[in-house]
Amino acid sequence: MKSVFFGAVSATALIASAVYAEPQAEVLHWWTSGGEAKSVAVLQEEFASKGGQWTDMPVAGGGGDAAMTALRARVLSGNAPTAVQLKGPAIQEWYEEGVLADISAVAEAQGWADVLPASIAGHMKCEGTWCAAPVNVHRVDWIWANADVLEANGIEMPTTWDEFNAAAEKLQAAGIIPLAHGGQAWQDATVFEAVALGVLGADGFRKAFVDLDMDTLKSDEMKAVFDQMRTMRGYVDDNFSGRDWNLATAMVMNGEAAFQIMGDWAKGEFMAAGKVPGEDFLCASVPGDGFLYNVDSFAMFDVDGDDKKAGQELLAELIVGQNFQKVFNLNKGSIPARVDVSLEEFDSCAHLSAKDMGESSDNGSLLPSYAHGMALRGAQSGAITDVVTAHFNSDMSSDEAVNMLADAVANSM
Amino acid sequence: MTKWLEENTPKLVLAPSFIAVLIFVYGFIAWTAWVSFTRSRLLPRYDIEGFIQYERLFASPRWDTALNNLFVFGFLFIVIAMVLGLVLAILLDQNIRTEGALRTIYLYPMALSMIVTGTAWKWILNPGLGIQAMVRGWGFEDFTFDWLVNPDMAIYTIVIAAIWQSSGFVMALFLAGLRSVDGEIIKAAQVDGIPTWRIYTAIIIPSMAPIFLSAFIVLSHLAIKSFDLVIALTGGGPGYATDLPATYMYAMAFSRGDIGQAASSAMIMMMVVFAIVVPYLYSELRTKDD
Repeated sequence: MKSVFFGAVSATALIASAVYAEPQAEVLHWWTSGGEAKSVAVLQEEFASKGGQWTDMPVAGGGGDAAMTALRARVLSGNAPTAVQLKGPAIQEWYEEGVLADISAVAEAQGWADVLPASIAGHMKCEGTWCAAPVNVHRVDWIWANADVLEANGIEMPTTWDEFNAAAEKLQAAGIIPLAHGGQAWQDATVFEAVALGVLGADGFRKAFVDLDMDTLKSDEMKAVFDQMRTMRGYVDDNFSGRDWNLATAMVMNGEAAFQIMGDWAKGEFMAAGKVPGEDFLCASVPGDGFLYNVDSFAMFDVDGDDKKAGQELLAELIVGQNFQKVFNLNKGSIPARVDVSLEEFDSCAHLSAKDMGESSDNGSLLPSYAHGMALRGAQSGAITDVVTAHFNSDMSSDEAVNMLADAVANSM
Repeated sequence: MTKWLEENTPKLVLAPSFIAVLIFVYGFIAWTAWVSFTRSRLLPRYDIEGFIQYERLFASPRWDTALNNLFVFGFLFIVIAMVLGLVLAILLDQNIRTEGALRTIYLYPMALSMIVTGTAWKWILNPGLGIQAMVRGWGFEDFTFDWLVNPDMAIYTIVIAAIWQSSGFVMALFLAGLRSVDGEIIKAAQVDGIPTWRIYTAIIIPSMAPIFLSAFIVLSHLAIKSFDLVIALTGGGPGYATDLPATYMYAMAFSRGDIGQAASSAMIMMMVVFAIVVPYLYSELRTKDD
């Protein structure tokens, strides 16, 4: 009798907890600055309106380094957050540590495979199962220009690197800094991969920075990439060391410089200053065919408890949902990762980005950005960046640079 | 009971801090040493793989630069800060009227954190904003002082900023040393008509040997652990021209998910510290035994 009673009680408790399992999610991210924080708040509200309980865990600092340190501590103590802002191969790296969850059920129910470009969907999968949800697509290979400066000097947006060099010479003669650039390693790498895409082409880029093919890394084409970098070093002002990217954007804005090569977060700076795309500033993809993407995503970690699992699934559904994808990306300057979101409210640069993403996805030139940690693991991309920045900031020859590049990549394995 | 307490209270009081030091200093040194022999990437793993991380470390040109920079920076920083500190201390020791005010002025940089020092010098040395722009503004159009953006010279800007920060502190140490020299001996020397510079070189400075040693130890550990100054002043750049072992280790551990590399570089840094501290400890302990 007694045991039956207890059995009944615990069964009721079980049912009760199953029925009243309030979806819970603890979300670790480093979107703490103005526009980004606003974008996360959108997700937070949506989550709450579906009855979920959101525990915010923002860790600012070091471009995510601080958040990764916090994540390591949490995982090592066996208490991982529900979802973590992670991207690129870092997702698979964490999967190999055996700490990611499988959210295939949600992904299949929502039909993610049909609405996400295939190469981007590939980043969200761990050995065939879905383990992360994409938030946005930043294009990295943009070239931004001051419209008035180009017009005054009779220059069109360049479509080849030779045209770019010719335009730069002309601007330099007119006393304008051709290229606004900040001498930080990641900015050097951003310019480098844009040049590499143009010079190597999509296939060469993939071989070099996704497959780490030694022959391509040492090839004459790679030397040509470094040659162009050396030429571009001459188009940068003397004072560029350590400059932040947004200060370089400001130089383009006020006409001090003509061009900047930077991802579409630069658009946010122009917009915040009240500039209009197509009138005050121009956006175009850098010379060459292809599209380098930098996709932010949330990786789902293995958690215990029905409430947390329910929270995880709800969160995944909302992140890839149409509403969040639209509102978030309007705030952040990127474009939605899913291709069926209405782009009516987006600006002309975003339209160009979305069009190019579709086309490059079809012809196989939709490629991950190496400079922003989408193509390679930290150790390898870091090794390449070391060589790129050492070459750009010294008088190293291109021959020396490609040898160093191959050695550094081999040593980072 | 009281007797037992009397005998053991010191041990009981010291025990917690002793245990804490044992675990959090020596325990974690041992842990780092262990990890440096593994192939740890994102998270620590514990399967010993031999010296692979050390081989990778010494094959890396960036680590070469970092280690070279440490020796260049450490040597110049320690020597110049000590010479400058000594000269300032001797000048202040001449019974001048405004000594209190001057001492405060020289000691004041010590009150700033390295981040503030680094940021201030970043602007002062920036060719477009600082000294170069100012002198060019005076009409010397060809004046160039671009060490901050010149990869071959950037490490010396770190030396300049570090000396500015620390030489006042060295001066205070030496000033205390100068004042502790027995006045009777100096007076006797003055009565004998010995010139002041001889009094300094033959009597005062030799009797300050322990002060030199403490100044050296303080400065050398400041040099080895220098991190914030580099981050604020150059961010390790241009390129990685001003990387130091500490910034290399931070990059590996926290930006690149390469814990094995970070652990092996930390071990090398520790060995450099030991190479300096062990002879010092040895000489200290020996003099006590005598």
